[in-house]
Amino acid sequence: MQFEFVVLIILFAYLRNNLQTKTRYPQWDKLLLGGLMLSVAFLIIDTTIKSSGVITPWIAHALFFSIIYLAITRKEFKPVLSIVYAIIPLVAINFIEDVVMLINVSFYDEWSSYFKTAGIFASIWLVAMLIINRRQRKALEKEQLKTAEKDKEVRITESLKAELEVQVAERTHALTIQKEELQHALNELNATQSQLIQSEKMASLGELTAGIAHEIQNPLNFVNNFSEVNAELIDELTQELEKGKIEEAMAIAKDIKDNEQKINHHGKRADAIVKGMLQHSRSSTGVKEPTNINQLADEYLRLAYHGLRAKDKTFNASMKTDFDASIGEIDIIPQDIGRVILNLITNAFYAVTDKKKKIPEGTSYDPIVTVITKKEKGKIKIKVHDNGDGIPSKVLDKIFQPFFTTKPTGQGTGLGLSMSYDIVSKGHGGELKVDTKEGVYTEFVIILPLST
Amino acid sequence: MKILVVDDEKDVQVLFEQRFRKEIKSAEMQFVFAFSGEEALAYLNSHEHEAVLILSDINMPGMSGLELLGHIKQKYLKPPPVVMMITAYGDAENYNTAKRLGADDFLTKPVDFTLLKEKLKTIH
Repeated sequence: MQFEFVVLIILFAYLRNNLQTKTRYPQWDKLLLGGLMLSVAFLIIDTTIKSSGVITPWIAHALFFSIIYLAITRKEFKPVLSIVYAIIPLVAINFIEDVVMLINVSFYDEWSSYFKTAGIFASIWLVAMLIINRRQRKALEKEQLKTAEKDKEVRITESLKAELEVQVAERTHALTIQKEELQHALNELNATQSQLIQSEKMASLGELTAGIAHEIQNPLNFVNNFSEVNAELIDELTQELEKGKIEEAMAIAKDIKDNEQKINHHGKRADAIVKGMLQHSRSSTGVKEPTNINQLADEYLRLAYHGLRAKDKTFNASMKTDFDASIGEIDIIPQDIGRVILNLITNAFYAVTDKKKKIPEGTSYDPIVTVITKKEKGKIKIKVHDNGDGIPSKVLDKIFQPFFTTKPTGQGTGLGLSMSYDIVSKGHGGELKVDTKEGVYTEFVIILPLST
Repeated sequence: MKILVVDDEKDVQVLFEQRFRKEIKSAEMQFVFAFSGEEALAYLNSHEHEAVLILSDINMPGMSGLELLGHIKQKYLKPPPVVMMITAYGDAENYNTAKRLGADDFLTKPVDFTLLKEKLKTIH
């Protein structure tokens, strides 16, 4: 019977260890420990006292059955169920053997070889079950390991995800700040741009001031002079009438009327200049209105000429105009196109003045700035031509870029042509083209569509 | 007395003709007009010694009044005619240049015709 107790000891120890009852099920642990102790005790008893063989097998059976019962009924024992199944045949055969031996010894003796065989089979069963169980456990362990690894991966992924989320939040925050900074910078740039546009406008107005003064002074002189003459003429008229010289009086009256017309003409001229000046300094209305291009070009040509003349006493150039009278009025934003024309004319005068300064003494050079208007194929062309030194090919593709200037520092804003380009292309759906030959001429052409 | 008036403003002709109508009527003075420096020179070339007095604007497109003055006083006519400069800009630079080039007088716009008449009479 020692064998059964050994099995029991192993079984109890196995159960305790496998189920980890010490920590998980303390009440079962006590019981199992008790069973273990009992088995040890009976093993000792069984080996020392020979006569104990009558009772000890039944104790062993009871212990086995208790374990089997527990394993089958208690769900805590489920993990060890397969081991328990493995021992059932062995336990059952031993029990039947013992029962048979107790009831009928002769029958037992007769059938003992069968019992032995059954015992062997039960043992094989046990071993086979143990092997299977072991395999299953290994597979399970593998599976568990896999799951654990997967869990670990998931945990790593999750922690990475959390980390990423934190990073994303940080980046988002940084980007938001950057966006705000950029927005701020953009606002500042916009403000600076409008300031620059305003200062460019004011700079060109400054260039105009002297021209404007001259252009107003001249008509005003005429107004004053002709009105003085008229006052004298009226005195004479009275005298002639007193003398009864009607014909003479009529002639004088006609002169007075002619002079009145002159006064009116020059008054209107001054008026137009003041209006033009106001229009130039005012911010653009952005509204297109029917405008006489020829008149506009002529006005700015004179203003630019006298402006430069007043600033630089040595400045001199011939102005020529070739206006196409068939153009009539076209729809443009007069302030804007006026600025473009003024800008091109000022540049042209600058170019011829520059050339004249560089030209060797004794060489004859006749600086000429020509403004030509022309109507052709549904388009209006305004050409500003100068016989200056032209534009070098290496800077030709840069001239419409903002802040590009060939003038000495402080003399040009570098915005004139770029603003002109925008006004013509964006504002009027037209084109601003340049044609130049180094050392010979430059010609800017504003091309405006007739119907926009 | 023949006076050549040089100014790019065409209405100057009407103004002078009105202002000096008595003198013109009495044939005391005779006016000729040129509307640019070049035109004035051309006239002087074809009518040598006719004009005894030249009244010229300074600020004109093309040949300026000062260039015209230089031509008259240095290269042309002997004895050179009297040249009076008239300008809208009565600044020192213009005045000095005009004087250096030999201008006989210097007037600023708006022209005081009473004063001008007196000056013309003293020359006469």
